[in-house]
Amino acid sequence: MEKYEKFTGIAAPMPLVNIDTDMIIPKVFLKTIKRSGLGVNLFDEMRYDRQGNEIPDFVLNKPQYRDAQILVTGDNFGCGSSREHAPWALADFGIKCIVSTSFADIFYNNCFKNGILPIVLPQEDVDKLMDDAERGANAQVTVDLENQTISGPDGGEISFEVDSFKKHCLLNGLDDIGLTMEKKASIDAFEAKAAQERPWV
Amino acid sequence: MAGKTLYDKIWDAHVAHEAEDGTCLLYIDRHLVHEVTSPQAFEGLRMAGRTVHAPDKTIAVPDHNVPTTLDRIGGVIENEESRIQVDALDKNAKDFGVHYYPVSDVRQGIVHIVGPEQGWTLPGMTVVCGDSHTATHGAFGALAHGIGTSEVEHVLATQTLIQQKSKNMKVEITGKLKPGVTAKDITLAVIGETGTAGGTGYVIEYCGEAIRDLSMEGRMTVCNMAIEGGARAGLIAPDEKTFEYVKGRPHAPKAAQWEAAMNWWKTLYSDDDAHWDKVITLKGEEIEPVVTWGTSPEDVLPISAVVPAPESFSGGKVDAAKRALEYMGLTAGQKLTDIEIDTVFIGSCTNGRIEDLRAAAEVLKGKKIKDGLRAMVVPGSGLVRAQAEEEGIAQIFQDAGFEWRLAGCSMCLAMNPDQLAEGERCASTSNRNFEGRQGYKGRTHLVSPAMAAAAAITGHLTDVRTLN
Repeated sequence: MEKYEKFTGIAAPMPLVNIDTDMIIPKVFLKTIKRSGLGVNLFDEMRYDRQGNEIPDFVLNKPQYRDAQILVTGDNFGCGSSREHAPWALADFGIKCIVSTSFADIFYNNCFKNGILPIVLPQEDVDKLMDDAERGANAQVTVDLENQTISGPDGGEISFEVDSFKKHCLLNGLDDIGLTMEKKASIDAFEAKAAQERPWV
Repeated sequence: MAGKTLYDKIWDAHVAHEAEDGTCLLYIDRHLVHEVTSPQAFEGLRMAGRTVHAPDKTIAVPDHNVPTTLDRIGGVIENEESRIQVDALDKNAKDFGVHYYPVSDVRQGIVHIVGPEQGWTLPGMTVVCGDSHTATHGAFGALAHGIGTSEVEHVLATQTLIQQKSKNMKVEITGKLKPGVTAKDITLAVIGETGTAGGTGYVIEYCGEAIRDLSMEGRMTVCNMAIEGGARAGLIAPDEKTFEYVKGRPHAPKAAQWEAAMNWWKTLYSDDDAHWDKVITLKGEEIEPVVTWGTSPEDVLPISAVVPAPESFSGGKVDAAKRALEYMGLTAGQKLTDIEIDTVFIGSCTNGRIEDLRAAAEVLKGKKIKDGLRAMVVPGSGLVRAQAEEEGIAQIFQDAGFEWRLAGCSMCLAMNPDQLAEGERCASTSNRNFEGRQGYKGRTHLVSPAMAAAAAITGHLTDVRTLN
C-alpha cells in the first residue's frame, strides 16, 4: 500500500444520513473476484440511470466534483454489509478521505486497509467542512494525517482523533499480515495454551 | 475491582498479544467463509506465497450467489459471474484444505445457519466471517462479528485479527412477550429505539426474561440484527437451552471433552457487578408486532401505526425520511395496514430456520395466499428444508401457494436471480430494507415470519393477531 501523505483536494458534500454499502456499491458489482476497477460503479444507482447515462444532479457527476478526493457526509456513513468492495470502489474513484459524525464499524476498519482515512468529527465541524465542500473546486481542503488536522480554505484547522496503530500503518503503507506474522511466537504460544485449556475448540 | 461482562471474559480468553497502545491480536476459533468476500483474500495468499494457518478451523460454504430453484440440482449456475465465484470457492477450499459444504451437499445453506447446525459454533468462541450477519452466532455466547476481505485474508494467514476492544452495552428485555410477538419484533424494536448508529462502538449483550424465554432460533434472530443497530456484535449468555441445542451436533465436543467444555461454558455470564457503558431496557409486554416503513432498519413502527411525517424527525433524518417515503411510494399518515404488497419472501440468516418456517406455516395452515401475489420460502439450509418436509410444513406452504425453494441467501440481498422488479413491494423476513437491496427500485418491508405469512394471505401488511 502507498504511504499516506498530506494532500489538498476537492471535497464533495453528501449530507444524506445512513448512506449504506448497498448505495456505495450495489450487489451486482460484488460478483467480481478482483479488487480493482470498481470506481466506475461507485454509487451506481444514484449516479446513473438504467440506461447507464449519468444523472446530472448527482454530486460526483457535477463538473466541479468529478475529481473529488474527499467526501463530507451525513451520519453513519457506510452502514450495512461488510463488503470491502465499498472502500475498493471509493479508492478506485480516487477518494482518500471521508468525513462524518460517525461511521459503521466494519466499513471504518475496511477503509484503513485501502488507503482511505475516515475522520470522525463533531457535528459543528462536519457542518463547517460541508459548507466548504458546497463551494466545490473553489474550496479545497487539506488533510494532514501526520499532524491529525483537516483544514478548509479559510485556514482554520480542525483536529481529529485516530487510533495510533491505524495511523502508523496508513502513514507508512504497512501490510497488516506481515506485521502480525512478526508476532508468530505469541500466536504459537497462545495456541499451545488454548489447546490445553480448551481442547474441544 | 469490578466484575466482568460476558464480552470481557471471551475477549480476555482470546488475546494472543497486546501491544503497549492496547491494540490486540485476538485469536479466532472459527472462520466461516463464503464465495463473495473470499476470492480476493485467497488470491492475496497465493500472491504472497502464504498458506491457511488453521484449515481445521475454517469452514466454507457457497450461499450468496447460488440459485434456489429446483433445477440447480445437477445443473450449472447460469449467471457466469456467479458461477465463477462459486467455482473459485470450490477450488480455494480444495487447494487450501478447509472444511467445505458444496452446493451439491444436503448440509449446504446460509453460512450463519450451517455453522450452528453443524456444531461449529460453540459458547465462548470467537467467530468471524466476511459477512456482517456473523453477529448471529452471538446467540451461543460466542463473540462473533463480520470482517472485510482484507481481514478475511489476515485471519486465513494468521488465525488472528488486529482489534481494539469495544465498549459494553446491555440491552434488557424484561417480562413476557404478548402472543403474536416474536424475536424479530424484539430485535427490530431495539433498533427502532437505538437507531442504526446507536450500537456503534459497542458489543451488545441481550438479556432479561423475554430473551431467556426465546428458543435458540429466536436468539439467533435477535443477535443477527445487532449489526443493523451498529454494534460490532450481539451476545446472549449460554444456558441450558444453549447446551441442549449444541449437544450431539457433528462438531460439538463429546464425552470427557463435553464435560470439560461445560465446566467453562457455565462460567460464561456477566458478573452482577460488571460495568456497562450503556444500558437500554425495553418492556417485553409493550413490544408489538412491528414493520419497517422506510429504507433504514431503524424506520420501525408497530403495525397499528401510520406512516410518519418527515417533519416529525430532526436533523439529517428529515431529508432522509422524505427520500425514503418517495422511494417507498408512501404518504405520511397512511395506515401501515393499508400498504398493499405483491411479493412475500420468507428466509435469510435472520429468519430461515425451522422455527421461523413453523411460525409462518402455523398462520398459513389451510389458507391460500392472495391471488396474483408472488410468495417464496427459501429454507436456510438443506437440512432445514429436509426437516420442514418431514414435518409437513413444506406441504402447507405449497398448498397455500408459496414456492418451495432450495437453500441460499436468495432475495435477502438478491445477488442470485431472486429479485424484486422495479416498484415491486415485498413483505420480507430478511434484515435490510435499503434502497435497491432486494432489486433495483424494489421496496422492502421487514417483518417476522408470522407477519409475512399474514401479509401473504391478505395482500397487505397485516397484524397477524387479527387473523383467525
